[in-house]
Amino acid sequence: MTLAPTRPSAPMPPIESGPSEPPLWRRILPTPKFLTLGVVTLIIAYLAIVPLYYLFWGTFFDASGFTLDGFKRAYGNDQIFDLVGNSLWFAVGAAALSLVLGTGLAYLQVRTDVPFKALFFAASIIPLVIPGILYTIAWILLGSPDIGLLNHYLEPIFGRAVIDVFSIWGMIWVEGLQLSPIVFLLMVASFRAMDPSLEESALMSGAGRWTVFRKVTIPLARPAIVAAILIMVVRSLESFEVPALLGLQNGIYVFTSRIYFVLRDYPPDLSAAGALAVGLLVLAIIGVIISNYAGRASKNYQTVTGKGFRPRPMELGRWRPVAGLLIVGYFLLTVVAPLLVLLYTSLLRFYAPPSKDTFSTMTLDNYRQLIHTSAALTALKNSLILGLASATLVMALMAVAAWIVVRSQIRGRKVLDALAFMPLVVPGLVMGLALSFVYLRSPIPIYGTLFILLISYCTRYLPYGMRYAVTSMQQISNELEESALVNGASWWQTFRRVLLPLLMPGVVAGWIYILVVSFRELSSSILLYSPGNEVLSILIFEQFENGQFTVLSALGVVMVLTLVLLVTIAYKLGARVGLKQD
Amino acid sequence: MLEVQNLVKSYDGDRQKRKRGSEPSSNGTPPQRVFAVNDISFSVKPGELFTLLGPSGCGKSTTLRSVAGLETPDSGTVSVGERVLFAAGASVTKKVNVPANKRGLGMVFQSYAIWPHMTVFENVAFPLRVRPRSQRPSKREITERVDRVLETMELLQYADRQATKLSGGQQQRLALARAIVIEPSLLLLDEPLSNLDAKLRESLRFELKRLQRELGITSIYVTHDQIEALSLSSNIAVMRAGEVVQLGKPRDIYENPRSKFVAEFIGTSNFIDGTVASSDGDLHIVETRDGRLVLESGAHMPVGTEVIVSIRPESVQLTTERPIGIENVWEGNVTTRAFLGDAVDHVIAVGKHEIRARCLPHVSHAPGSSVFLQMDASKLALVPVD
Repeated sequence: MTLAPTRPSAPMPPIESGPSEPPLWRRILPTPKFLTLGVVTLIIAYLAIVPLYYLFWGTFFDASGFTLDGFKRAYGNDQIFDLVGNSLWFAVGAAALSLVLGTGLAYLQVRTDVPFKALFFAASIIPLVIPGILYTIAWILLGSPDIGLLNHYLEPIFGRAVIDVFSIWGMIWVEGLQLSPIVFLLMVASFRAMDPSLEESALMSGAGRWTVFRKVTIPLARPAIVAAILIMVVRSLESFEVPALLGLQNGIYVFTSRIYFVLRDYPPDLSAAGALAVGLLVLAIIGVIISNYAGRASKNYQTVTGKGFRPRPMELGRWRPVAGLLIVGYFLLTVVAPLLVLLYTSLLRFYAPPSKDTFSTMTLDNYRQLIHTSAALTALKNSLILGLASATLVMALMAVAAWIVVRSQIRGRKVLDALAFMPLVVPGLVMGLALSFVYLRSPIPIYGTLFILLISYCTRYLPYGMRYAVTSMQQISNELEESALVNGASWWQTFRRVLLPLLMPGVVAGWIYILVVSFRELSSSILLYSPGNEVLSILIFEQFENGQFTVLSALGVVMVLTLVLLVTIAYKLGARVGLKQD
Repeated sequence: MLEVQNLVKSYDGDRQKRKRGSEPSSNGTPPQRVFAVNDISFSVKPGELFTLLGPSGCGKSTTLRSVAGLETPDSGTVSVGERVLFAAGASVTKKVNVPANKRGLGMVFQSYAIWPHMTVFENVAFPLRVRPRSQRPSKREITERVDRVLETMELLQYADRQATKLSGGQQQRLALARAIVIEPSLLLLDEPLSNLDAKLRESLRFELKRLQRELGITSIYVTHDQIEALSLSSNIAVMRAGEVVQLGKPRDIYENPRSKFVAEFIGTSNFIDGTVASSDGDLHIVETRDGRLVLESGAHMPVGTEVIVSIRPESVQLTTERPIGIENVWEGNVTTRAFLGDAVDHVIAVGKHEIRARCLPHVSHAPGSSVFLQMDASKLALVPVD
């Protein structure tokens, strides 16, 4: 049955379509879309690849062509075994310490009724707001055999200085303490994701609490534990502050501190440094590959939560006070002691253990000095400029890159993804070295300026920005973009008016994270800075080398306060800035 | 076998409110307590399957978990046979709280809780292997018992497979196997079928019933699905807001709901308000807005009592001609009709009432047509006005 029209309808005007062929000038010049995508891709590729290329080039080639002389000089001495041994011992030791601390605390937090649970999370924010260099210096003030406060108080009991933070054990201790909050957060997530009925059914089957822990909880958590170990080992291998400040004193070298040492020679042996850097890079890549593999295996154990019955927290009973004491002790050691000693030192004219004298002569002179020293103000200015600039540049790049990787069908977008994540495996020191290789030989006068630091920061933070941007992009449904297109918007209009506003929360979160993290950066800046272009952490390092403990403590306190302010603003703005496992 | 008496479990309501961000009760009033389980008592005979039935949040799972030892009630007693598992509260002389892992009960969880890092065999052997040394059977005996149970569950051929590589139905059987391998005196099942799709649920329902009867294990079953409850149970306790609102055999609960809640929760029901006009022994006449109803009820109904009469849709007969000489015939208009395959649902407007009737597939009255409803006096139930 056909529907006959009731009256003949008026003819519709033809839909206004443009001319079938765009004008010549349109066809020759690339579209905004093409330009944007192209420029972004080129920049990312440049940042990711060029430094590594020059690193390899500078290591394997010199004036006479291909050579392995650098390798010979770097590895061909009898200290090489010590070097590798110390590096592995340090990395494995710090990872083990952080693992035991972090996992134990995580289990207590999630599964028991231990008191003071709020302290856990306070302690886990610390690595975010205390730069590595400050933390290490604080521990020097606590554990140095000469001036350390702890030794000062323990000496009457033991007769001598028992704690020597300038040993391999001291290095393991400080690095392990610093890493433990990261393990804590990783394991808390793992324990929380575990279906509680798996442990309850073990109880119902008659197993005692300890048996349940041994036979059910730990095996289920094993993939997360293995992944955590590997991440921490890679992190410790790349660590610079702890080995440089604590190890060099007594000639304990690891890869990072050795590179730094070699470069301080005159003339600096660049190929040897490069050879060491390449070795470290290879170790880091192996570690990342293995931990990715282990991470994939953990997917098999992903458990489904049934009703969401939270397991009744295990009652510790008699052990509750003991556990509570442990928590408070951990908090005091990792958070309070370092901060207090810094604060204390910042108020003194010259460092001395606490006594009636020191308390009566406390002064704010160090802080006043900061305001009047141009060095401090310049460093603060530089840190802020670099932080703001790198955060903005990276997030702007990554917003577009995330579109390419998540939304487009462009061939090779996986390659872009990989490129953006490549800087993750490059230790900071290696990145600094590689960039100095690039610009030493380059006619462009970048070396020795703030700009080279900017390039370094941008490169290093590409992966973090990418992660925030990609996660954000994945949460925006395809259809929002498609409906814009159907309504006639060009690519650029869609990006600007639809995608970007929706991406904003993730972009802002990434922006803030990069700002905070860049504020603390040291390991790449230390090879790239020049007088007048110091950042805050470099300034602290310089002051440390000059023995100016009191002034640097004041600077450190200011830095920590600034970071706390930044992180607080971030939380208020709703950004979920926390310790991401990276 | 199982005796539960005066079980009470409550939470601090104010703290819950504060957690959720709303204002707690102001000073002066005592802190609010939320009663998840409010004075529950029931007993289960050996070999019975006893069901706790109710909507989400009614306290059925909390009750089950209290029997299991995974929750600690505020007061009450739980005893299995001669053994007291839990006793607390003002009237109790000796406090008892046997830990969950010493109660010797079998439990099947809603999510099955199969350990993914063990094989099928290891999952079932676990309860035997963790027995204290003195009570642990020998390795050979463990293997024998596990194999026997696996065979009963038709899982023997998967014994060496990783436990996660089973289908949903197989995992459920595995969870059951693990629960019964210790030959417990009591089996606890926490919504074991709700993770399965509808067809699988139906077939497993029958298997569960058959198994329970064969093995003769006393069981407590928790569900919100009334069909499961009706088909599996020897006795049902219908729960609401922490209390048992009706306890009885399935047919009894279905045909004689004692409250509107139970009538609505189990099956569907038509509710007609009315007032008692006269009584003669068990026979009562109820005047409603749209007609008279005659019904049988043992309840004492003085004239003038307000009542609600309930009748199930399948007990409403539809005819085109007025049946002669029968009580409870009303006239109405069909407003909607729906063909369901094995039945035809009709909605009939009678005055202001809408009565639902479920008829056999060959009975079908078009919307708009006039029909006569016939309601059997014995199928009319009186429901108290809540």
